[in-house]
Amino acid sequence: MKNRNLVSITDYSKEDISEILRLAHLFEQKTNQRILENKVIASLFFEPSTRTRLSFESAINRLSGRVIGFSEAGSSSVSKGESLKDTIKTVANYSDLIIMRHPLEGSAKYAGEVSDVPVINAGDGANQHPTQTLLDLYSIYKTQGTLENLNIFLIGDLKYGRTVHSLLMAMSKYNPVFNFISHKKLRIPDEYKMFLHDLNIKYYEHTEFTDIISRADIMYMTRVQKERFSDPIEYEKTKDIYILRNNMLTDTKDNLKILHPLPRVNEINEDVDKNEKAYYFEQAKNGVYTRQAIISAILGLKPENN
Amino acid sequence: MNKEKKLLVSAIKNGTVIDHIPAKDLFKVIKILGLDKARQPITFGSNLVSRKIGKKAVIKISGVYFEDKDLNRIALISENVRLNVIKNYEVVEKKQVKVPERIIGIAKCVNPKCITNHENITTKFTVINKDVISLKCEYCEKITDKKHIKII
Ligand SMILES: [Zn+2]
Repeated sequence: MKNRNLVSITDYSKEDISEILRLAHLFEQKTNQRILENKVIASLFFEPSTRTRLSFESAINRLSGRVIGFSEAGSSSVSKGESLKDTIKTVANYSDLIIMRHPLEGSAKYAGEVSDVPVINAGDGANQHPTQTLLDLYSIYKTQGTLENLNIFLIGDLKYGRTVHSLLMAMSKYNPVFNFISHKKLRIPDEYKMFLHDLNIKYYEHTEFTDIISRADIMYMTRVQKERFSDPIEYEKTKDIYILRNNMLTDTKDNLKILHPLPRVNEINEDVDKNEKAYYFEQAKNGVYTRQAIISAILGLKPENN
Repeated sequence: MNKEKKLLVSAIKNGTVIDHIPAKDLFKVIKILGLDKARQPITFGSNLVSRKIGKKAVIKISGVYFEDKDLNRIALISENVRLNVIKNYEVVEKKQVKVPERIIGIAKCVNPKCITNHENITTKFTVINKDVISLKCEYCEKITDKKHIKII
């Protein structure tokens, strides 16, 4: 992984993923280290994403690295009409690694091509957000003790949700069973069903949120966005069908954990938060360790407790 | 070779005859090869009868020989096209158009939010279906299918 860009989750093999999970575990045991002393990392957020940016910056700061960059395009030379290429080439002169969030799809791959230092994609439009997927994998691994042979439920917006698509691709390396629960307008796209079919991976589609969830090892919830519906009445009806409430969890498995990439709107009722199966806040915390693992792997640095 | 056919492929002294173009795609082929801007003598015929593809078109360009990368450009529109290289009124080489594994810099990505539609970038596609041509953008990963292929 050293010096390689991380643009898409498909850039990482099963072995690469195992190494990231191993490193993340080490950083979780010793979060504050000095391994990024003398490193300058550029954090270029061409669109705001406070949660992701803070997670990266926390990861870097806890490893004693320094961060330069901007948190929205308005405060950068981009607002003066500079091309992405020129911005990246310039910033690559100032830094050892670039972390980039950009509204256009494919921008991270392009940045990786023109940059002299490695690029980590922190989200390129609706396309990829691989560090989210890796922190999801770490969360699953940590709570289940394995990534193999799990029954994964994906719930909510399965059509447009990029985190769901990347998680599906990544988990497909580990012999899972998938259950998809969504409104018929937000079903998982055919290309992903073909992908699973070709790999002989079992999947089931449901439009109703029932006690089928008693089979789940992982429930991955996503929010249904209003702008996906042209009819506001249909949105109002839909968003309330797929709400997870605490009383629905009575007959679920002991090892079940509920994940959500956050922020949530109303799809997980707050009465779930106190249930020990709720894992979304810890999941966000795992993002710091996972990003520490990714950054150190790309820079070729070992944790002090390795 | 019957008289009629011979006439079609050998009416120029030196150059290229592009044959078996589906008649409806004639003007696309002209655009792909930049023939609308060419300065050499060009003649074309359309709505000719072909046993293989129904109505076909033929283009004859004097003094021009195409490279394989130009063949690839045509394959994006129709795979049945054939090129005859003419030297001194004789067909000296026949070339069959082949669908390439990758398409570089010819087609436009269908996705308006793709970086290639906002910066000066040579587009790159992986051909994911050669029968009904379907292109996967190597940048945004979206698929451009045959009916949405736009030539740059
Ligand atoms: Zn594209």
